[in-house]
This record gives sequence, C-alpha cells and structure tokens, in this order.
Amino acid sequence: MLETHLRKRLEHQEILLMTHIVLGYPSFEDCYRIVEAMVAGGVDLMELQIPFSEPIADGPVILMANQQALAAGATVARCLEFADRVCREFPIPFLFMSYYNILFKFGVDAFAAAMADRGVRGAIVPDLPPEEGADYLAAMDRRELAPIFIYSPNTRPERLARIATVARGFVYCVARKGVTGADTRFSAHLEDYLRRCRAATALPLAVGFGVKDRSDVEFLTGKGDIAVIGTQTIRIIETQGIGAVTPFIRGLRP
Amino acid sequence: MNDRGYYSGFGGMFIPEILSTTFDQLIAAFRAARSDPAFWREYEAIMSTYSCRPTPLTFAENLTRHFGGARIYVKREDLNHTGAHKANNVMGQGLLVKRMGKTRVIAETGAGQHGVATATMAAKFGFECTIYMGEVDVERQRPNVFWMERLGAKVVAVRTGTRILKDAINEAFRDWVTNMDSTHYVLGTACGPHPFPEMVTYFQSIIGREARRQILEREGKLPVRVYACVGGGSNAMGLFSGFLDDPVQLVGVEAAGRGLASGAHAVRLSSPDASVGVAQGYKTYFLQNRDGQMKETHSVAAGLDYVGVSPILSQFKEIGRARFEAATDREVVDALAFTIRKEGLIPALESAHAFVQAFKEAPLLDPADAIIINQSGRGDKDIFTVADAFGDPAWQQFIIDKAERYRA
Repeated sequence: MLETHLRKRLEHQEILLMTHIVLGYPSFEDCYRIVEAMVAGGVDLMELQIPFSEPIADGPVILMANQQALAAGATVARCLEFADRVCREFPIPFLFMSYYNILFKFGVDAFAAAMADRGVRGAIVPDLPPEEGADYLAAMDRRELAPIFIYSPNTRPERLARIATVARGFVYCVARKGVTGADTRFSAHLEDYLRRCRAATALPLAVGFGVKDRSDVEFLTGKGDIAVIGTQTIRIIETQGIGAVTPFIRGLRP
Repeated sequence: MNDRGYYSGFGGMFIPEILSTTFDQLIAAFRAARSDPAFWREYEAIMSTYSCRPTPLTFAENLTRHFGGARIYVKREDLNHTGAHKANNVMGQGLLVKRMGKTRVIAETGAGQHGVATATMAAKFGFECTIYMGEVDVERQRPNVFWMERLGAKVVAVRTGTRILKDAINEAFRDWVTNMDSTHYVLGTACGPHPFPEMVTYFQSIIGREARRQILEREGKLPVRVYACVGGGSNAMGLFSGFLDDPVQLVGVEAAGRGLASGAHAVRLSSPDASVGVAQGYKTYFLQNRDGQMKETHSVAAGLDYVGVSPILSQFKEIGRARFEAATDREVVDALAFTIRKEGLIPALESAHAFVQAFKEAPLLDPADAIIINQSGRGDKDIFTVADAFGDPAWQQFIIDKAERYRA
C-alpha cells in the first residue's frame, strides 16, 4: 500500500519529495534519463503525466510540455510501456497523473488493471471529483491502488471530510488558487490552510503548486509530508539540461 | 450528491477541486433566480428595451414559392443587439452576475459574436471584462476584436493548442481557477460543466417560447419541423426548447466543412469520427482519437468549429428526440448567396447551415405545413469572412487598395 510505504519513508525523512514529468517530453529517452537523475537526487516518489490535449488545470510550462509530447507522437500505449520499465528499474513508487478522458477512453477498469500490471501505485486525476468517480474508485480499490484526491484552499470543511473518506495513499493539497507553475506565497495563510487539511484527514499531505526551491521545502517541513516540485524541475531541465537535475533535487533538503 | 446535470448519462461536472465552491454558489444563485418570477420579468424587460425582443418571425415568401413545399418561416435572432442570439445568454448571465455581486466577467469566443456580446453586457453593467479568443479566430474575425476592445474588454489571443474555440475555453478556465472570487465565467454555449448547459438553455429558451407563440398566431398550428445550426448548441437548444412537448421534428445541422470524408469538419452527432468522452468539464460526443486526444476541426463558420457539443443535444440524439444532419462549406456558401438574393435576408455563415438542410427538405413537405429556420445571427457584420467565402474579386481589390493607402 502506498500509504504504508510513505509512512515508512517518513520515519527517516522529515519531508518527502515528489516530482512531476510529462511523459514523452522532450522525448521518452530523455524522460528515462530524467527519472534516473531524479532518483539519484533522492526523490521519494514521482508523478508521470500522460499528456492530454486539453490540460485545463495546468499552467503554460506543463501545457506546452503536453502539447510537444503529443506532437512528438506520445500515446497512452507508449506511456504504459515507459511506466512498466521505470517501475521495474527504480525503487520508488510511481503514480500516473492525467485527465479523466485518458482513463475513460481506455476504459476505467482496464486502465486500473494496466496500472496494477505495471506496478504503478496510484493516480492523480485533477478533473475527476469523487462524485463523478464511482467506477474509478471501485476499479482502484479492487487492485489496492491509491486514488489521490485534491484539497484546495476553497474546499469547504464538510467537503474536506467527505473527500477524506474516499482518498487513499495521500491527499494532494493545492497550495493556492490558479494553475500549476505560478508563484505561491508561503505564508501564515498557507500554514493555516494546511492545518485545516491535517485536521480533515489522517492521510499524509502532499503540498504542490509553486514549490520551487529549498526555502519553500523548508517552509513546508513539519506542516506537510510531501513537497511536490512540478513545473520547476521542467524549467530547470529546459534551461540547464538534465545534468542539473540531480544537484537541484539534492539541494532541496538539508 | 445533489443533481449534477446529467442527461441520459451526458453532462456532469468534471471540474477541478478549486472550483467546487464556485460552482456550488453558481448553482444556488441560478436556482434562486429561476424560482423568482421577478427575475424572468427583469430579463424580458431588458431584452425588450436593450435588445429587440421579441424578435420577428419572418415569412419567407419568395423562398417558399421557389421551393414549392412547406411554408418557410425565419426566426430573426439576427435582429438582437450585437447581431446574434448570443445576447440572450449574455444578458441573462449578466443579471445573475449582478445578483452574485461579482465585478468581473470573462468569456471565450470563437466567431467573436459571444465575445462582442459579453463585452457589450460588461460595458452596460460596468463589469471588468477579459475575452479569450484563439489566435486563428482573432485573424479570421479581426473586426470583432476591434469592437470588443472599443467596448472596453481586454482581448487575449490564445496561442496554445489548436488556437481556436476549445483552446479559448481552456484558457478562460485557467483564468477562472485563479480569479473566481471576483469573476464569473460567462460560458457562451450550452456546454461545459453543470449548470451551464441548463442555464444557457434557460436563457436561450426565450427564442423557442416566442417562436411557438408567433407561429400559432400566424398559422394557427405548430410547424412540422424546426431547423437550427449546431456548434455548441445554444441557438438550437433555444429554438428546440419551445417545442419539446409538441409533435414537432427538431433538426440540428452541424458543420460538414470540406466533407465528412475529408476529416476537416466539426460533425460530432452525425459522424463516426466522434465518440463519447470527457473534456472541458463535461461528458458528451467529442471529435477525438482512440487515446482521447481532441482532433482539429474545421468549418467555414468559426462559430461551429468546436470539438464538443451540448450534452442535452447528445441526449436528444441518443433518445431520438432530434435528428442531426450536416452541411458542407460549399453548400453553406451557396445557400447564403441564394437567401440573400432571393429573400433579402443575410444570415451568418453559422445560421446558413440550418438553411441548407431546410432547403433540402422543404420541397418534400406539404404546402399546408410550416417550418421554422433559426437565423441565429446576421452575416453582414462578418463581411471579411463572407466576402472571402464568396471569393469576391471587387472586394479583394478594395482591401488591397485600402492597405496601400494605410501604407502610404
């Protein structure tokens, strides 16, 4: 179970690191090297985004990565192959992140089966609220996969509690309004929100959207359990190349 | 869970968590407005003084004589302020924005009609306004950009994806997830997550309510068929709403572009290229590939060039309540030229799709029967696009000369 694994890691680390890549961007070969570099840098788990033509929750950087991956010929079948390989070769848990249409067209149950076959541990589907996800929840549950749900600063208390009843693995707390990649103010306000999240669920909390450097990770230590670095690693790769990934990840924690 | 806007399995609310509270508030505001009789009265009052409601139902005498079949009536949504049925939805949502106390509106636009209508409403009600428009559409509908900017709106050219309507919708959602506290997203058609399909249909139903009353006054009986073009589906839902409980055939006409076999079209409900999927917050028929990636679409009419379609129309297809046909760019341009020449009416390229199908069927119908075509918008303000569609050489020379004068 993903949660058990994370709990064990948390015995040795005050805060875990989760990174995000868009499969097929800039190419599947590069993605493999990026995973290798991230694992060498010490990431604890990774999101593998299956590109989608309409990624409404993503900001410009990840949006462009989705488009370019598709333009270069990324398919769901290739993404599954890739996941199969990295799950076998690297000792960290991998999750899929994508939009619901990718699962829906594949067949939700078939998708969960494909994840389980390849050793992918869970999925984040930002446009699938639990109310629309009965089939998905059942399919994930059958295979002990973790459906990761999202908390936002706007989510009402009764809804936080309701989401907690179906979430598994951890809960992804979106640090602010907006899309991925924009700046986040790491403030008392955020701290307060994370306290509300903590009260609503016993699951570990991941915090993402705008986390980009060591000081952000430091701020989150003790308040959340997993810092999610999404857009920033893509920016680092775009500007400094894959060689910069390992030192960047290493530098995020003392 | 409470009602999430499903129509025979189509629709729903596939929204990011950050918008859940915003949608709860919107649903509550819409329900309260709808159950308040004063709200519809206020809506009708503004539509009759600020726009031209009720719009006329014109008997197309010359077309009727020419085709020698059913008596052809045209519902004149082109006579709305800003030149299309879009005004109905926009003014209604504007009143709702006032009730919700928000101060800023955003919208997507394809042809530019909905953008102009929204910018007009924002100017009237004093809202801040940003319009998202695909870069391709900005190029083909530049005059509408001019008017939106004059009306005080900020027009953002969307350079991502296929750079047309669906990409403008994605970008509007990205704005909304950031600014939902001050901002209402005035979605322009009967698509998107609940309550938009229902809400937009509610405001557009004014078309059908009027048309039904008008045809009964004129003909003393119901029409046998009513025709509307289908992009997202709002003008079709508007007209169809008036006849849902009647023995009237509802005919929706999609954009066949360069032909169904060419792949360059926007036919979701009557082509095997489309399948059920979930995107932009709702479940419906989309033009997509096996993996679920959206395809490029094409129509001579920017307003019909959309990958999805109203979930309510998907339901109508599924249960057989409506029939869906398609018209090619060529047929549309011919029908437009003919309608202008014969009847002195200038439908928009979008609306001309409905005329194509009505012209095919009218001769086969009984001369004692009546049909209604929805002229959802006016074509004369799209002079650049229409002149290009006609390939008018004198117009092209005029533009060349004009450009020379600017250069001088």
